[in-house]
Formats: sequence, C-alpha cells, structure tokens
Amino acid sequence: MDFKIFLTVIISMVFINNFILSKFLGLCPFLGVSRNIKPAMSMGMAVIFVMTLSGIITWLAYRFILIPFHITYLRTITFILVIAAFVQFVEMVILKKSPALYRALGIYLPLITTNCAVLGVTVLNIDNFFVSGKPAQLSFLLSVTQSLFAGIGFTLALLLMSGIRERLQVNDAPRCFEGIPIAFMVAALMSLAFMGFSGFRF
Amino acid sequence: MEIIASILTLSGLGILFGVGLALAARKFCVVVDPRIEKIFAELPGANCGACGMPGCMGFAEGLIHGSCSVERCTVSSEEAGKKIAGILGVEFKKRAKDVAVLHCHGGSKRVKDRFIYKGTKDCRSASLVMGGPKACVYGCIGYGTCVDVCPFGAITMNEEGLPVVDEDKCTACGKCVAACPKGLFSLVPADKAFAVRCKSLDMGKAVMEACSVGCIACRKCEKACPVSAIKIVNNLAVIDYNICDNRGECFKVCPVKTIACKEDKIWRSRDGSADKAKSVP
Repeated sequence: MDFKIFLTVIISMVFINNFILSKFLGLCPFLGVSRNIKPAMSMGMAVIFVMTLSGIITWLAYRFILIPFHITYLRTITFILVIAAFVQFVEMVILKKSPALYRALGIYLPLITTNCAVLGVTVLNIDNFFVSGKPAQLSFLLSVTQSLFAGIGFTLALLLMSGIRERLQVNDAPRCFEGIPIAFMVAALMSLAFMGFSGFRF
Repeated sequence: MEIIASILTLSGLGILFGVGLALAARKFCVVVDPRIEKIFAELPGANCGACGMPGCMGFAEGLIHGSCSVERCTVSSEEAGKKIAGILGVEFKKRAKDVAVLHCHGGSKRVKDRFIYKGTKDCRSASLVMGGPKACVYGCIGYGTCVDVCPFGAITMNEEGLPVVDEDKCTACGKCVAACPKGLFSLVPADKAFAVRCKSLDMGKAVMEACSVGCIACRKCEKACPVSAIKIVNNLAVIDYNICDNRGECFKVCPVKTIACKEDKIWRSRDGSADKAKSVP
C-alpha cells in the first residue's frame, strides 16, 4: 500500500505532472540553459539538489513554525525566505568544502534560489500532504520523494530539450524561426507529448 | 494578536537567517586573491582558450599561481599585457603579432564542384562526405565554419566563397586553425609579406586539372629564394618564416601565381586580384 503511493508520486512527478511540460513552471531555465547538454545536466543536478533540500526544510518550517503560530497564510513569503537563506548557506559550505562540486553547480545555485519550480514543489507538498493543518500519513517522506522526483522530472525535460536544440542548431530552420521561436515550438510539441501521459490511471 | 504573531515570526526568522548567514560567511569564507579580479578586468573576456587555460578566469588564476606567463594571452593588447604584468610585478616581454592566413586561393571561381552537396552547410560535415564537394580535396570548401568559430568577427566570406581575414581584428587565437577540417589556416607573423596560398599535396598535373592557382611544385621559387626560406615538401611549396625576410623573389617567379604578397594588410595575387571582404551594403 505504502509502496503504491510512493510509486504514484514518482510517476506523477516525472511524467504526468512534469513541472516544465505539464505545469509550465521553471520555463526560464528551460529555455535559457537548454542550448547544450552539458550545462543542462549541471543545471538539472543543481535543481534536483535544491528542490530536495527545500522540500525538507520547508516541510519542517511549515510543520514547526507556521502551524503552531497559526500563520499558514504566510507560507509563500516564509518559504522564499527559508529557501533563499538555506541555498545561500549551502553555497558557502560547498565553496569551502568541495571546490569541484562548486565548479559543477556553482553558478546555477544562486539562479534557482527563487525559481518558481522550486517554490512550486514546496507549495505543492503542503497542499498535497497536509490535511486541514495536520500532516497526513507519511507526510514528510512523501514530501521528500515528491521534491526529489520533481527535480528529476525537471532534469529529464531539460535534457530532452537540450538534446533536440543541439541538433536544431545545425539544421536549416526558416529564418524567422531561428533561435528562440523554434525552441518554443519544440517545447509546445514536447508538452503535447507529455500531456499524453495524463491518460494514465492508477 | 495574530498580526503580532506573524510580525514576530517573520522578523524572527529574518534576523535568525541574517545572523546565521553572516556567521556562516565568516566561518566558511574562502580567501580569494584580489589580483585575480584585477587581472580578469584587463583580459579580453572572450574565453577563446588560445592560452590553453579554461577561459580568461582560468588564465587569471594560472597567472597568480605561476602556471603560465602573461605572453600566453595572444589576444590582449600590449597595454593590457603591460598592465597585467604590472599587477603581477613581472616584466612584460613584447611578442610579435601573428595573424591567421588562409592557404588556399581556389574558391568558387577557380575550382569546380565534383558533386552537389546537399547536407548541412558546415565545412566539418561537408568534408566527411568524400572530402567535400570541391574538385580539389585539399582546398577550401567555403561554407564558412571559420567565420562561425572566430570569436572576434575577424573572418568574412568574399564573393568567391573564400574567407578573408581582417588583420586588425585578428588576434591569432587559433580557433580557425583548429576548426578548419582542411587545416588551411596557419598563424603567420604579421610583418611577413609573402605566403603560399595552396595546401595541395597532389602532383602538378592533378593540381592543374583541379585548380588554376594551385602549387604544381615546379621548384622555381626554391631556386629563386636567395636565403632558401622556401622549400618544396611533398609537392608543395612551404615558407619557413623563421628564415624568410620578405625578399619576394618567390612571388616574382611563381608561374601559377600561387604565392601572394601582402600590401596594406591585403593579400594580392600577381594577376592583380586582391582579397577583399564583401562590401557591406
């Protein structure tokens, strides 16, 4: 039973409710960092990392700060504050402890502190796994799973897009479509394809 | 009551994070040499990689750590080089300016196509198909890959489908040298006025069939050169720029006008044709 719930969350986050292609969150990095596969991969890793950590920390903030003080309506501003401060902190620690990891993720970390996809997954966690102000069964684990796989779904979409755009570059697109316009069309077609997953039933 | 709780909670969180981050910044600070930023500001910032370091920032760090020297950046101007040397406290050695020179003068006028190529308009992919569509497999294909890779916009294609290097913009970064699938570019000191504009290793007869200005290895230039700077190697005349001192005898005797002379930074053939960039309308 528990396993089934987790599986549902995983498949839902990666395919059916893919953050980029179904929810249209995080479109800025989707078009900005999808020109080549390598930076797209780094960006994806950074997003997975930040999403998972924000999922954990915002769940704790919501459960132990906002609910006891009855100020759950302040969750958006609190989450932004918490995520931004935490990512800043993590960035400092990485810079000090692991310069190699910093070089791989470094420039992307500050970019995504207030990214809508990251905030979106935390808000979604609260909406899904809290029932009338109380954490539902397995709420914390489900939140972490959802955050992690939302990041993986994001990375998947980003990698697919960057692979397509790398090939697009050497092809003859009509002049008026070159660059961003054709990328938008590709994004629309991919999004349509991903809409196909919403027929799945569990 | 509720408003007080919200104000207190948010301001409490804000203060907590502010103080926490300030303490963390103190604890986890990484000492960065302030000279790196100063040097980086003087570098061109094109990240061309001609110095062998990963971009300009990597070069600046390399300078600080002593793993490379200021002269390795062929792109930055002399003043910038001197400034950087000043920051580092070392002496700046002047280096001779190099420019990229194309060793082909075939183009669409003089070399016919062997077949119709309909693939991607890029020399690198075109050369994979039987060495490219040109009758001379050593010559310029003319799809302008060098134009695309030049980070300084120094290369343009002319009407004959040949790239023309603007010497004032060329910084000898070597991107075109690496990108050309036929290896037609080389870096030549800017004060040398003569160049062999052919790379064909074919025998004279085969060259003549393919192209009217190809080197036929007749050895006239080799005999004419008083300092023997030009030699025939593998059916091709090659100038050794360490010896060449701009006497121009090879230019005068070349029967097929392969050797060109540079005047006012423009390469000219003996038949009077000059490498001019396409006039911008």
